[in-house]
Amino acid sequence: MMELSQIIRTCNLKSVVVHEEEIEIKGFYTSDLLSDVMAHCPEESLLITVQNHANTIAVATLVGVRAIVIVHNRAVPDEMKLLAEREGLALLTSSDDQFTLSCRIGGLTDNFE
Amino acid sequence: MADPLKNGDSGLAGTREDVPANEPLILIEMIQRLKVRDVMTSELAAVERTDPLRVAQSLMKNKKISGVPVKEGGRFLGLVSINDIIQALEGGYIDDPCHKHMSTKLVVLEDDMPLSFALRYFNKYHYGRFPVINREQQLVGIVCQRDINRALLIELTQEFNRLESESVSHCVPEDPFNLYVLREFPVAKYDFENAGKAANMIRKVLKEKKFPLKDIRRVAVAAYELEINLCVHSDGGVLTWRMSKGRVEITASDSGPGIEDVEWACKDGNSTAIEWIRSLGFGAGMGLVNVKRVADEFEIHSKPGSGTTVRAVVFVEPRSTDHRQHDQN
Repeated sequence: MMELSQIIRTCNLKSVVVHEEEIEIKGFYTSDLLSDVMAHCPEESLLITVQNHANTIAVATLVGVRAIVIVHNRAVPDEMKLLAEREGLALLTSSDDQFTLSCRIGGLTDNFE
Repeated sequence: MADPLKNGDSGLAGTREDVPANEPLILIEMIQRLKVRDVMTSELAAVERTDPLRVAQSLMKNKKISGVPVKEGGRFLGLVSINDIIQALEGGYIDDPCHKHMSTKLVVLEDDMPLSFALRYFNKYHYGRFPVINREQQLVGIVCQRDINRALLIELTQEFNRLESESVSHCVPEDPFNLYVLREFPVAKYDFENAGKAANMIRKVLKEKKFPLKDIRRVAVAAYELEINLCVHSDGGVLTWRMSKGRVEITASDSGPGIEDVEWACKDGNSTAIEWIRSLGFGAGMGLVNVKRVADEFEIHSKPGSGTTVRAVVFVEPRSTDHRQHDQN
């Protein structure tokens, strides 16, 4: 468990929509398959993905994701930002790829397996 | 304007038998129940009979009204309308006393008449307003169309709120276990913009009713996957959410194109989704597997050319029930 602000700082994430940096992140998941996210992503978590579209927000909301990081600095469409605003989800971008960012975050947490 | 009461010329207003099938009964009942005094404006701006017309003119201007009653003591004598004022200005007699030029051939309403009566008067006489008198012939108010519209809107809102609170208390008493729902969500082919909205709404309602999060997630997963399946694979269909006694049933039904090999489609990783859909993160052949995994009951029927129906049932247990059972143990 760690604070989103710490992850943002250490991993150099860029905030796109962030309501509150001081939120607890209790788990992490990396996937580009939305059904896989539905099936396995933990709750109150941070999701690392390449899927920069509104359906990612829908899935994230359904499974209780608190923050989404879009990798490769991919552009975030306005619709996705709007939905994140509405659902109270944090939306960030990273210049890393999924693997690199996952490893970075993994280094931050003792719970990483 | 058509007579809303359609009751011929005799009597006051429509009885139930007079109401055509397409008339809103609730409105008819309302205009019979409400009295003129319930809708009239009683804080009256009025002039005395000896006041000059100029006084009436400035009252109309200040109060933004188009007619002013003329009184003597409490007794109602007549009405000065904006037309009278215009004529006075043209004729140069704006300083004459009101009683010389007021209209006295007046149709008045009594305060205990039903509102339906007032409506009939408006249709019949085409005046903008009617003075209202009481049994003692004293002027007690004035009614214009706007007063009636406002009163009806307020009444309708109250009636609506009452009905709503009644229906809520009937359908959803304290115990969320008794939550009864039947809702259908149409899903259009390739409408990814809206896909997921039904699942999200279902999740929000269950969350509001404080069902356990693990159960809500199971329902949400089933609803979302089936919604996406309709969006990706069908020519469009309907997602139905039924709920009764803690049994949540999500059904996706479409009328085509149907599944060639249902058994194959239910296996992990098998999918017929096309490339651009896969690139969105869908169509990995996990959808039906996910639904099966979270559902307590699962059923699928499909025929190529005719369509597919998938039904998933999840039993949710309200927290209050948990507590109750706990207390009993």
